[in-house]
Amino acid sequence: MHIVIIGNGISGITAARYIRKLSDSQITVISAETKYFYSRTALMYIYMGHMTYENTKPYENWFWEKNRIDLLQEYVTQVDTENKKVHLQNGKNIAYDKLILATGSASNKFGWKGQDLPQVQGLYNMQDLVKMEKNTNNIQHAVVVGGGLIGIEMVEMLQSRRIPTTLLVREKSFWDIVLPPEESEIINRQIRKHHVDLQLETELDEILADEGGNVRAVTTKDGKEIPCQFVGLTVGVHPNIGFLKDSGIETQKGILVDEYLQTNVPDVYAIGDCAQLRNPPAGRRPIEAVWYIGRMQGKTVAHTICKQKTLYQPRIWFNSAKFMDIEYQTYGTVLNSLREGEAQLYWEHTDGEKCIKIVYEKDKQKVIGFNLLGIRFRHHVCEEWLHEGRNLQYVLQHLRAANFDPEIYDQHEDGIIAVYNQQFPNKQIEVKSKKSLWNMIFKRKVQVQN
Amino acid sequence: MFQDLVLEFERQEREAERFFDLVESPNAKLSQNTNITPNTTKMSEFNFNPDFYKTKGDISMAITSDVSHKRGILQKLSLAVVGIGLLLMMVAAFGAANTNPTPFLWASMGCLILGGVVYTLQAYKDRPAGIKNNGVMFGQMTSRGASAWVFGIVITGLYVLLYWYPTLLGLGKDGAANTGLIRMFDPLSQFLKGAPASEWFMYGTLYTIAILVMGFKFIWKYRHNKYQVLRTISVMFFQLGFAFLLPELLQALKYPYYDFKNMWPLNYYFFYDWNINGFLSSGNVGLFMLIFGVAMIFVISPVLTYFYGKRWYCSWVCGCGGLAETAGDPYRHLSDKSLGAWKIERWMIHSVLVFVTVMTIAVLYSFLNQNPEGFFVTKGMMVGIVTVILLFVVGVALMNKEVVREVKPQIRYLTVGIAAAILAFTLFAYSFGSSNVFFMDSYTLRSWYGFLIGAAFSGVVGVGFYPIMGSRVWCRFGCPMAAVLGLQQRFFSRFRITTNGGQCISCGNCSTYCEMGIDVRAYAQKGQNIVRASCVGCGICAAVCPRGVLKLENGPKEERKVIHIRRDDVGIL
Ligand SMILES: Cc1cc2nc3c(=O)[nH]c(=O)nc-3n(C[C@H](O)[C@H](O)[C@H](O)COP(=O)(O)OP(=O)(O)OC[C@H]3O[C@@H](n4cnc5c(N)ncnc54)[C@H](O)[C@@H]3O)c2cc1C
Ligand code: SF4
Ligand code: SF4
Repeated sequence: MHIVIIGNGISGITAARYIRKLSDSQITVISAETKYFYSRTALMYIYMGHMTYENTKPYENWFWEKNRIDLLQEYVTQVDTENKKVHLQNGKNIAYDKLILATGSASNKFGWKGQDLPQVQGLYNMQDLVKMEKNTNNIQHAVVVGGGLIGIEMVEMLQSRRIPTTLLVREKSFWDIVLPPEESEIINRQIRKHHVDLQLETELDEILADEGGNVRAVTTKDGKEIPCQFVGLTVGVHPNIGFLKDSGIETQKGILVDEYLQTNVPDVYAIGDCAQLRNPPAGRRPIEAVWYIGRMQGKTVAHTICKQKTLYQPRIWFNSAKFMDIEYQTYGTVLNSLREGEAQLYWEHTDGEKCIKIVYEKDKQKVIGFNLLGIRFRHHVCEEWLHEGRNLQYVLQHLRAANFDPEIYDQHEDGIIAVYNQQFPNKQIEVKSKKSLWNMIFKRKVQVQN
Repeated sequence: MFQDLVLEFERQEREAERFFDLVESPNAKLSQNTNITPNTTKMSEFNFNPDFYKTKGDISMAITSDVSHKRGILQKLSLAVVGIGLLLMMVAAFGAANTNPTPFLWASMGCLILGGVVYTLQAYKDRPAGIKNNGVMFGQMTSRGASAWVFGIVITGLYVLLYWYPTLLGLGKDGAANTGLIRMFDPLSQFLKGAPASEWFMYGTLYTIAILVMGFKFIWKYRHNKYQVLRTISVMFFQLGFAFLLPELLQALKYPYYDFKNMWPLNYYFFYDWNINGFLSSGNVGLFMLIFGVAMIFVISPVLTYFYGKRWYCSWVCGCGGLAETAGDPYRHLSDKSLGAWKIERWMIHSVLVFVTVMTIAVLYSFLNQNPEGFFVTKGMMVGIVTVILLFVVGVALMNKEVVREVKPQIRYLTVGIAAAILAFTLFAYSFGSSNVFFMDSYTLRSWYGFLIGAAFSGVVGVGFYPIMGSRVWCRFGCPMAAVLGLQQRFFSRFRITTNGGQCISCGNCSTYCEMGIDVRAYAQKGQNIVRASCVGCGICAAVCPRGVLKLENGPKEERKVIHIRRDDVGIL
């Protein structure tokens, strides 16, 4: 059996690796961007000089041949589902028995005037990075549009080159479509602490060029003109599926797939950023364009193809990021505002750079989510609590088991417990000692590596 | 009913929307032509070449090649002061300090320390605490550029002089007075122990200053991280107190030179005749030193390693580790992460361990053979102890469950074979009353070890190659102490680096900045804990990880190697 995978990002590569683990099929991975799999999430660190491109490759080059995973650096122009073939840009075509689409995303543009000027760009792939290197060489001012995860990464990159930067954010506060006000405010402060000109509630109007056709300034909806020589557009991404137009594969925003990650065409699957679930699990989005989802889906599809049909079942939502110097982790459901019947416990460190938020359902105080800034929590402990539906009292009593900060760090559980004791004076929390939490931290039903 | 369902669906849709980085402008519609034009430029093997660093880089000599911070006047000045310090040492080396070394000593050392401290303060001043690795891969000095090679060659050269041509540094031969560079250190040596400086005194002083100044820099750089701060204070303390001052004071009091934190087999001369004789001729203090040294290797270190991993020594106490962690910090990312390097590492480091064992047995044996009465340990007792230790090794290799499960049979049998061979030689020599164990003069073995491992490897290569091969070349490929502690850590310790479930994004920061060349990411991205013999527990992987994935901790040994995956085996959590 010949399994062809389009896209060598985390989704496609995870699928390839597990297919190899589970079967002896021929595997070909076709991808245009780079020959070898690298970590897209590390793009910023290459620009900042923390790592080289080599450092971002999770596997050494010999890995692929040794595991008989064929790599082909080509662009797929068309998928012919009728004859089970993919057409390559070089005119050749490749036959497949099973096809996995893992083509990822592309950066959004919203039709702004001037968006196609040479110094205007998004940040998604290696080519963007090379372009950014060229575009930001010896400039006086940069503007980044969009207050999201990639936007703040781009700002940090520009900071590393001492380029004064304006960050235009349409919303009232940074990333407030995801972050609740308190957390968002902490990040606003962090951005300003790094001497970034953060302009909230400011929308891009158009990008102006000089006579030479190069970017000279942007204007905002409220009539300001900001001189700059570089504009970063980081206003989200969308599935990268243009080449599938006449393939008969059903698409909407992304490639539509069922809960087994199958498309409407037999033997064609889609995973990762480019896949859109027809029926997402409760509380989940049809497209979740993050690293972890690609990894889970890649593993799931490998099982489906090589063993038995396996449902894609993400469990508790989790995610993490780093905003300049502040790490962010989230587990479960913490939305930007509380819903009916929800309440929260919130503690913030006096330094204004750390916080713990626990969201719970009011009636039985069942905990449904954690948000953390500047503090690390243990994934498996949080996952277990959320999965088992533990209540606030229990969680607080055992909170120390969740702490994942380095040894010797100050512990902050007392802070949030004090907040609780203040709010519920007749239900004082008795903290369990670290020793008695031992089993929660270490003793788990786990698989030991063979 | 239907209405409810629709509403519920919309609600879910809306909520989920907020999870995720898709910002849609309400009034601007996504442009139709936005499927980025396919990227057909092939970036075969992609070379990232930042022009910025070429145009703005006054960075060729900087160990903090971070241009995100502009070098101020004061910082440039402080660099010049360091330069003056080095210049003073240079003129002293050519004899300028021969008649009056004191002002040269204070001026040059003062310049080095003051310049270094001010430089550091300026480098990270005004900047929020946090990871400071901007430009590491671009700076000449930190990415094997021309200046790194020059620097590497210079230190290598200095080590060659130090080990084999100390007279060129001014060491007075046969009681003659010192001249040149070593002469400059006479006043300090006189002050501490009432004797003129030796090349080793000079080396020790410079080594200590390097750890102190660069340790200060490291602390300032990692000031947001308590683990790093405390650990660095610890190595600075042990270097200054235990490695430098205490031995000098002991000598001033006419006791043997002894660095209490140094132990066999790193301290390979511990069982040499002159060392043991030195202990034995120093009364109770000497006896205590001898017993303490033996206890260090056989009792104290296994116990501490069981509880905390080898880090208690390698990155909190040891002097070699101390220099690597402080002066070597700008070069930590240069370690080779490839699987091939790991293979070489395992063969090399364990070969050195065998070599030091063989050499020590030979030396002790011939020492006891020549002094049948001079010592409360006899040749027979020594052979007995060696037998017990080697049988213990054989037993572990054959019977320990974890070892049997995790080490390839070939390697275990090889270990058994080597232990058996050493044992056979020893018993053979003993029963035939031969004066040498391995049919070889123990002095030959000993001088080869001293030359190859003691000098060439640990000194010349170990430090001289910092700017090219990273800061832990010796610790990783050569140190027999690291080999012993590593085996303990791998099989008999509670230490591990826990991986935080599924949070890893495979970015590679951890692997890049692991000075021991451990591919930390390979474990982290699988959701697997890291239990590796070579990990010195520096904690830098955990510090640089942008997603808070790694935690160094001690816990029940049985649970160390878990993979944090879901029970249904699909997906990492
Ligand atoms: C700068 C940046 C930072 C990020 N940081 C994080 C983070 O911290 N955490 C997180 O969870 N997520 C992060 N993400 C999102 C995460 O990287 C993506 O969700 C993930 O990479 C998607 O993986 P994928 O395998 O689905 O697709 P991709 O990684 O996009 O891989 C798809 C590949 O397919 C190739 N391809 C597409 N079409 C074709 C074709 N027709 N022919 C040939 N090849 C084709 C593309 O060139 C690409 O190489 C970040 C994204 C970016 C851009
Ligand atoms: S694995 Fe981490 S703690 Fe261990 S040596 Fe490497 S960087 Fe240091
Ligand atoms: S630094 Fe952290 S996120 Fe990056 S690869 Fe290592 S463990 Fe994973």
